[in-house]
Amino acid sequence: MHFDAFDRYHETDSFIHRLDPRVKVVVTVAFILSNALLPDGAWIASGLAWLVLLFANISSRLGITFTLKRSFVALPFALVAITVLFSVTGEPLASLRFLIWDLTITDVGILRFVSILIRSWLSVQMAILLVATARFPDIIHALEHLRVPSILTTIIAFLYRYLFVLGDEVFRLMRARESRSAALAVSGTRSGRSAVWQAKVAGHMAGQLFLRSYERSDRVYNAMLARGYAGHLETINPHELRRRDYVTVALALLAMLFLQLVGRL
Amino acid sequence: MHYSPAPLHIPDGFLTLAVSILCWIFTAITLSVAISRSNKSLGERQVPLMGIMAAFIFAAQMINFPVAGGTSGHLLGGALAAITLGPWAGMLVMTAVIAVQALLFQDGGLLVMGANILNMGLITAVIGYGLYRGVPARNRTLKLAVAGIAAWLSVMAGALFTSLQLWLSGTSQLQVVIPAMLGVHALIGVGEALITVAALTFILQTRPDLLGENSASAKGSRGWVVAGGLISLAVVLLSPFASTDPDGLERVAGDLGFLNKGVSAPYQFMPDYVLPVLTQGYIATVLAGLIGLVVVGAIIVLLGKGLRAKS
Repeated sequence: MHFDAFDRYHETDSFIHRLDPRVKVVVTVAFILSNALLPDGAWIASGLAWLVLLFANISSRLGITFTLKRSFVALPFALVAITVLFSVTGEPLASLRFLIWDLTITDVGILRFVSILIRSWLSVQMAILLVATARFPDIIHALEHLRVPSILTTIIAFLYRYLFVLGDEVFRLMRARESRSAALAVSGTRSGRSAVWQAKVAGHMAGQLFLRSYERSDRVYNAMLARGYAGHLETINPHELRRRDYVTVALALLAMLFLQLVGRL
Repeated sequence: MHYSPAPLHIPDGFLTLAVSILCWIFTAITLSVAISRSNKSLGERQVPLMGIMAAFIFAAQMINFPVAGGTSGHLLGGALAAITLGPWAGMLVMTAVIAVQALLFQDGGLLVMGANILNMGLITAVIGYGLYRGVPARNRTLKLAVAGIAAWLSVMAGALFTSLQLWLSGTSQLQVVIPAMLGVHALIGVGEALITVAALTFILQTRPDLLGENSASAKGSRGWVVAGGLISLAVVLLSPFASTDPDGLERVAGDLGFLNKGVSAPYQFMPDYVLPVLTQGYIATVLAGLIGLVVVGAIIVLLGKGLRAKS
């Protein structure tokens, strides 16, 4: 596995790519915060927020539908919000019977459900754009600048750095499992055994992986000491805020403020 | 790269700002204690260890096994991390895992990350470690059985807390979300328990020194046992109550001030307010939460002092 197998970065040269990663983190969080603050049913403000998102997509040169195509990861979670359709307040619109519950769909319920979905959908797209336009080590470095405790950023950096190594380790374990006919059961065949036995095999694999990781961390530490590790990770990317960074943050925050005003008037 | 989202990761937009901030405050306080403890007790050597162990949890979540109906189960790892690495390190490791899942894979939101860390990293560590340390080390079978129960309970606790946060945000209805979430996770928890026990058995057979009395995971005080026991008890008592009598829970929440207008409160921040953050409902929620935090914190501190004086 290549070291960037997990990376979501898309290499291009654009205005957004050139921005300081701190700016991108702050603007992303501000955008998500702004969405969370918008009241239910603020359609115009949500539409404008979507335009902001499209504008960001265009200026990242990744294509106007770039984040749209990847934005359905949060969709399964919408299941838990479906229950809000049957809000107790509001005008009843339709009712149905599901198992033991008598459910009544209300207008307030629909308003709230759609608002939650839009909020979530807009927020996740900005987060997608963040990791597509900033390298992950740069994001970690930005978090460090933004006062996230260094022990956490260091752990995250190590996690990211060694994930692909342990990912390879997992694939080796899974290949070994398959070659010893402990493969995942396929319906209609007699491969594999009971779910409890499968879980036990999976647990032994996790235990094996734990020991391999534990022992590897010793070797990693010694190798790092040999290369001059003194307790924190260095970066060769200079992070300095230039005028366009300040201007972008200011404009973005103004835009969010405007969205809030539109959403509340 | 294969990556399957887990059902407990709340995306952005599903929690109100007040609930998100409350969870962030709780998470930030706990994590700052974890960090200061770790900085004191751990050498420079431990940080790379924790980083690689975070990668281990992440990678171990990829190991799947088939459950009925074409679905497959996999590990969440909160209890396993706390049992093998100790509670504070386990919390930091799980925080890193959840942060990367949110930042890199958009599995879980950024603004609601405080809630996700609380549900999957902090509560799981307290329950997993507290119950595991509560039994004497001599009886290995008992110890492993308790580890399994702790793993199952940690998943249930995560599901319960997620449901409560969704309900307080007005995103889900209590009478549906609690039985649904707890029902699904009762099954997921069984997988978690089986994998955790099997993994611990394997580690105990090959490297018993890593889980022995002199290991990092054994350096916990009795405070953890008390805290783990109390939270487990709360989950055990609250889950059936919330499942069978959601109206009762709603009434209790109303009495405590979490919901000042019953269930309709979260729905009523329509645009006729200028700043809904400052309306009474929000302040009441945040204040009630903060008072709860102070009370719980005071109890923990007092218990810790009392136990230290005794031992």
